[in-house]
Amino acid sequence: MNANNVMMILSALLLSPLLFGVINRVKAMFAGRKGSPLLQTYFDIAKLMKKGMVYGNTTSLMFQLGPVFVLVSVLLALLMVPFGPIAAPLSFQGDFILLAYLLGVSRFFTVLSALDTGSAFEGMGASREVQFAAMGEPTFMLGALLLAIHTGEMSLSGMVREIQFDVLSPATAAVVLLVAAWMMLLLTENSRIPVDDPNTHLELTMIHEVMVLDTGGPLMGIVTYASGIKLWIFSALIANLLVPTLSAGASAQAGIFVGIVLLIAVAVGVIESIMGRVRLRQIPKVLVGTTALVATALIMTLAG
Amino acid sequence: MSDATQYRNVARIKLSDLPLLNMDAFKNVILNNVQNGGVVLAFFGAPAMTVQNGVCIYAIIGTATTGCISVHRTEVTDAYPSLTPEVPQLHWFERELAEQWAITPEGHPWLKPIRFMQQAVNGKNILSGGKTVVAGVTDYYSVKGKEIHEVAVGPVHAGIIEPGHFRFQCHGETVFHLEIELGYQHRGIEKALVGGPDKRTPFFMETLAGDSSIAHGFAYSQLMGALLGKEMPKRALAIAACALELERLANHTGDLGALAGDIGYLPTLSFNGRLRGDYLNMTGLICGNRFGRNLVCPGGVMFDVSDATITELKKRLATIFKETRISCDLLWATPSVMARFENTGVVKKEDGIALGWVGPAARACGIDMDARAHFPFGAYLDRQMPVAMAESGDVYARAHTRWQEMVNSRAFIDATLNEMPAGATRTDVDLMGKDIPEKDTLVVSLTEGWRGVVCHAAITNREGRFAVYKVVDPSFHNWFALAMSLRDEQISDFPLCNKSFNLSYCGHDL
Repeated sequence: MNANNVMMILSALLLSPLLFGVINRVKAMFAGRKGSPLLQTYFDIAKLMKKGMVYGNTTSLMFQLGPVFVLVSVLLALLMVPFGPIAAPLSFQGDFILLAYLLGVSRFFTVLSALDTGSAFEGMGASREVQFAAMGEPTFMLGALLLAIHTGEMSLSGMVREIQFDVLSPATAAVVLLVAAWMMLLLTENSRIPVDDPNTHLELTMIHEVMVLDTGGPLMGIVTYASGIKLWIFSALIANLLVPTLSAGASAQAGIFVGIVLLIAVAVGVIESIMGRVRLRQIPKVLVGTTALVATALIMTLAG
Repeated sequence: MSDATQYRNVARIKLSDLPLLNMDAFKNVILNNVQNGGVVLAFFGAPAMTVQNGVCIYAIIGTATTGCISVHRTEVTDAYPSLTPEVPQLHWFERELAEQWAITPEGHPWLKPIRFMQQAVNGKNILSGGKTVVAGVTDYYSVKGKEIHEVAVGPVHAGIIEPGHFRFQCHGETVFHLEIELGYQHRGIEKALVGGPDKRTPFFMETLAGDSSIAHGFAYSQLMGALLGKEMPKRALAIAACALELERLANHTGDLGALAGDIGYLPTLSFNGRLRGDYLNMTGLICGNRFGRNLVCPGGVMFDVSDATITELKKRLATIFKETRISCDLLWATPSVMARFENTGVVKKEDGIALGWVGPAARACGIDMDARAHFPFGAYLDRQMPVAMAESGDVYARAHTRWQEMVNSRAFIDATLNEMPAGATRTDVDLMGKDIPEKDTLVVSLTEGWRGVVCHAAITNREGRFAVYKVVDPSFHNWFALAMSLRDEQISDFPLCNKSFNLSYCGHDL
């Protein structure tokens, strides 16, 4: 780990709650509102951390441990994400598989602590989350495979370093398709529209939010922060595909990288402002479509 | 069907003119009326005249095709054979009757409390089984099976809405059955109205369902007009009708926005939220209250509109409606919205006819009934209101029917403002209730609120005071439509279906 790594990890830890602020500000602009402050999520987390804990009578230790495991697993996953030209602090052959499963572990503990409450709502949310996550996984794995073939590297940092942008080559077109598919994956994994609606108060329609309905106080603060990190991880993965390899200095490149991550948050805000959610029954079709998109990109890479 | 029992809306009926049928004849005449397309507008009890400790049951049935309201009555003591098996639209009415008057409809398929009233008029309670009455504590329909799970929602909800309890019997994401329990808001208004009218009466009327203040206030005012024999001047009727249409515009606009909100479509949600306020402000411009409280009163309206106000109203309506059109057209033009609205929460026309649904919800599945067109009253006698209809009975149909109604309302207000009749806005009626209404008389008064037909029926006693005052809010007819729309539907689409009906809890609970 070098100074650049430390800087990029710190920026992820510090800036990830800002992504929600950016999304909400963009949505507010579309709605003709002023919107909440950019730093609102920081205020929310600070407020939650000061609160006491309330646990349901039916919950066990699992409910309390769940959010901690979630936070730890996404933080570990963050260590494997490269930051553009700056390699990830933790990089080895096949690290993308561990990354996928660390995110799986975080989901596993969210689901466990949701089921622990014994609430009909949370059980329903857990069932939906698991179903859709299973359908989203091929998109990530096939995408990583595509990059491995495209670059001949088996670690995420290596892939990002070797990624080539030859205009008009089928391989470049494949990467563009991959960006679209991973954007969809980002929306799914982070419970955004069109798959889920993070702002709804309607428990029966929720997927992710309903699993933390009984969570409050500092535990909710942890959950909120962990979801910020998770959004940062997915945004960073996409930003890695987009960041141009410039001959600029490390700090300039880092700045460009963070700028692209924030632009992705803007894009999420725009998507949420101009379309509605799909019906729950249709979500598998969307996810299968996303997988088909990556599969097409993969074929193009193989052919190219 | 004897012609003696057919009346027009707001007719004054001498009780002595109403034949007292025996149970068989009563049942037959109701069956006959319902088979001819009648909707049971009210079905309620009153103290019996000939039988000791008995109950006189009144049935008020409206037939849209003839524009006639028929009134029938019979007397019973402790029990009577339930009519619900043959006339399903009576199912909630008979539960209500059993709760309010402690008479048993024998053979009712699902007899249970409807408002969780502590006791009936005679102090009894035949539905609680001797236990203390607690709202929501009752038997629920349940489906047994390993893979069935039950989801209970409410009475306290996540949004700032009224209390109601919903129980879903689910198989995975699919709903087999939804049971709706209300009554948490029961205030005993009908009981408080007995012995009236007095100075409290108008306030009870305008808060029966706060979002339908004008519809209920209007129904009460024209009912009192008939009882006192004092008609509202033409100018008052025109102003009252404009207020009623503004109420419809405000609520439909708000609900179309809320429908968009439920599926996470922000543009229409945001704009309609503001536009709803603009319509409310127009009502505020007329009478100083955004919900039209104290505008329509017995004998007329309390506030006149000056020429300057008319000009301002016309100007505002043109601007606001133009913006509303842009905002609502976004719904029909956005594929992700239409994908959610179409084929969601489908209800069938035959169910609607059998269960007696009213209002835009009924019209959206092809049931042609609108009190403004079929039982015209007030200004609608002079200016015809087209009926907005759809066929598919899904969320889209309900949303689009409402949009068509908004277009019609706008045209109606425009035309009425352009040809505002001159003259007085009130006839001389004492608002404290000191004028004595016609004695031993029944008046049925219908208006068309934004949810559907509002029915008020009053029976006066020998002193000319209310012996019974019956209110039927359109929500009372339509709550079961929501339950039907969820059959085999996804539980995740419940909020959307619910919003497409947007029924009143307090209007039902009274």
